[in-house]
Amino acid sequence: MSDTYFEILRPGINSSIQDKGRNHLYHIGITISGAMDQRIFALSNALVSNDLNEGVIEFAYQGPLLKLKNGSINFVITGNVIFNILRKNSVIEEGKCFQNYLLEHEDQIDIITAKNSVFGYLAVEGGFQINKVWDSYSVNTKAKVGPNNGEKFSSGEKIYIKKSKVKNFINKKINYEKSLDKNIKIIKGTNFDYFSEEAKNKFFKEEFLVTNLSDRMGMRLEGPKLNNIVNTNIKSEGLVKGVVQVPADGNPIILFSDHGSIGGYPKIAVVITADHDMTAQLIPGSKIKFKEVNLDEAEELFKSYLNETKNYIEQIK
Amino acid sequence: MIKNISNLGDAAIYCDFGTEVNEKINLKVISYFNYLKKLVKENKIEGITNLTPSYNKLIISFDLSITNFKKITKILETLKVINNNQQDSKNIKIPLCSDEEFALDLISLSKKLKISADEIMDLYLNREYFCYMTGFIAGMPFLGDIHEKIRFDRLQTPRIKVPKGSIGITEQFCNIYTFESPGGWNIIGNTPLKIFDKLNLNNPSLIKPGDKASFYKISKQEYLNWNE
Repeated sequence: MSDTYFEILRPGINSSIQDKGRNHLYHIGITISGAMDQRIFALSNALVSNDLNEGVIEFAYQGPLLKLKNGSINFVITGNVIFNILRKNSVIEEGKCFQNYLLEHEDQIDIITAKNSVFGYLAVEGGFQINKVWDSYSVNTKAKVGPNNGEKFSSGEKIYIKKSKVKNFINKKINYEKSLDKNIKIIKGTNFDYFSEEAKNKFFKEEFLVTNLSDRMGMRLEGPKLNNIVNTNIKSEGLVKGVVQVPADGNPIILFSDHGSIGGYPKIAVVITADHDMTAQLIPGSKIKFKEVNLDEAEELFKSYLNETKNYIEQIK
Repeated sequence: MIKNISNLGDAAIYCDFGTEVNEKINLKVISYFNYLKKLVKENKIEGITNLTPSYNKLIISFDLSITNFKKITKILETLKVINNNQQDSKNIKIPLCSDEEFALDLISLSKKLKISADEIMDLYLNREYFCYMTGFIAGMPFLGDIHEKIRFDRLQTPRIKVPKGSIGITEQFCNIYTFESPGGWNIIGNTPLKIFDKLNLNNPSLIKPGDKASFYKISKQEYLNWNE
C-alpha cells in the first residue's frame, strides 16, 4: 500500500470521487451517479495516462485545498478553473487547466473557483487508492452510496494515491475550447401532449432561468409556467439523465446524474446526450432556450461529440 | 406483450404495457424485465446499461456510444418472452410497530377516514401485498393493494424527513422508507427489519418486484429489542 496521500485542508463545497457512473442498479433504486461533465472527466484521465474510467475528484464551484504528503505525483485539473500550486518553498504558481503538473511532498493545490462553469476535475496518474462499490468509484451523497460511505470529502481526511512516485514526468496538454451555446437540444418527452398548446409554444420560444436550486440531482428552471391540461401526476415510472419533468407548479426540472430512479412527474422533454455536459455546467442565473431535434439528429450530434472528444485525446500524444 | 415502444430521449427505450395498475400487467413487466436482465448478464445484448421496471412501464437505458434505439428495438421484436416468473417469488413477513411514536399519521388518518385507528391497522395487517417495484430511494418497495376503506391521498405538505423504517400508505399502495428521506405518504408504523442492506453487495434488497409481503404487529418493547 502506498503512503502517498492528499491531506484535505479545505474540502470545497461539493467534492467527491466520480467515474463514468454505476450501471445495472436502477431497478433497486440506485441511480447512475458519475461525472456531471463526462467529457472533461475523461480528458482529465487521458492527460495523466490513466484508463478513461479511473476515479477522479469532482468539485463544484469552490474546490478543495490539498496538501501532498510523501512521494510525488503527476496531476491535472480540467474545467474552467482558477487554481494555484503552492510549492513548499513558498513559491506560488498559477495553475493552468488541461495541462499536467508534478507535485511533490508538502506542495499544495488550491482550487479557488470555477469560472462561468460549475464542475471541474482533478485526476492523478495511477488513480486514488479507493475501493469500488457496485463496480463504480462514484459517490452519491444523497443516497449515501459509494466509497467513503457515500459522503463528500471533509476537512482532515486523507485521500491515498496508488502511485507513490513519478519516475518519468512528461508534459502533456490539450487546447480545450469550451462551447458556450445556451440552446439546449431536446427530444420531445413521453408526456409532451399533457401540456397546453400555449405551454408547448412557450417551452420552445421563451427563455428559462437556471436557479440556485441546482445540484447533482437536477437543475430547477424558472420561466413561463407550463400548464398541464391532462394530469400533473403520472403513475411512477423510470427516469433517465436529461429528463425534463414538470411538477404541478409548472416549473421544469432537468434531471442529472444523482436523480431518483423513478418518479411521477410528467416528462415534457429529454435533453440529448450530446448536450448533457454543457447543460450541467450552466451556472445559476444563466438563461437558456430549448430547441427540438429528432432522434436521428440527436444520434448524429452524439457522433460529433464523440469525435471531438477523440480529437482532444489525440492532441495529447 | 408490450403495447407500445418509443424512445425516451436518445439513450433509452420506453416500453408501455398499458395504463392500468394491477398485478397482471405488472407481472408482464417483471417477466420482461427478468428475461432481459438475464440476456444482459449473459452478454447477449450489447450496450444496455439499466432496466427500470415500474407498475406498467419498462425503461431500457443504453450506452449511445455502443448501440442505439433502432438496434435494440430490432432485438426486442424477435424476443418471445413468456409471462412466467412466479416460481421464485418470496413471501416476506415484516414486523410493524404502530406505537404512537412511530405511527405519525395514524390518528389524523383515522379522523379523515372516520374509522378507528385499530380498525385501520386490522385492515392493514390481515392482508398479503404484492411488490410492484422498488426504487425512488434504494430498495424502497412499492406494495399493494391496501383495503379500499383505508385509502387516502398523500399529505398536503410532504415531510422533509420521514424516519428510516417508516411504513406509509397512499392511494392503493404502501411502502417502506429504507432510508430517512423526504416523503408525503401517511405513516402508520415503523419496522425494525433491515429492508435494504448496502453491505450485502450481491443481494441488498430484501423485497423484489413480484415478491409478496405481509405485516405482523409487534410491541414497542419487541421493536426496541429487535436484533437481526
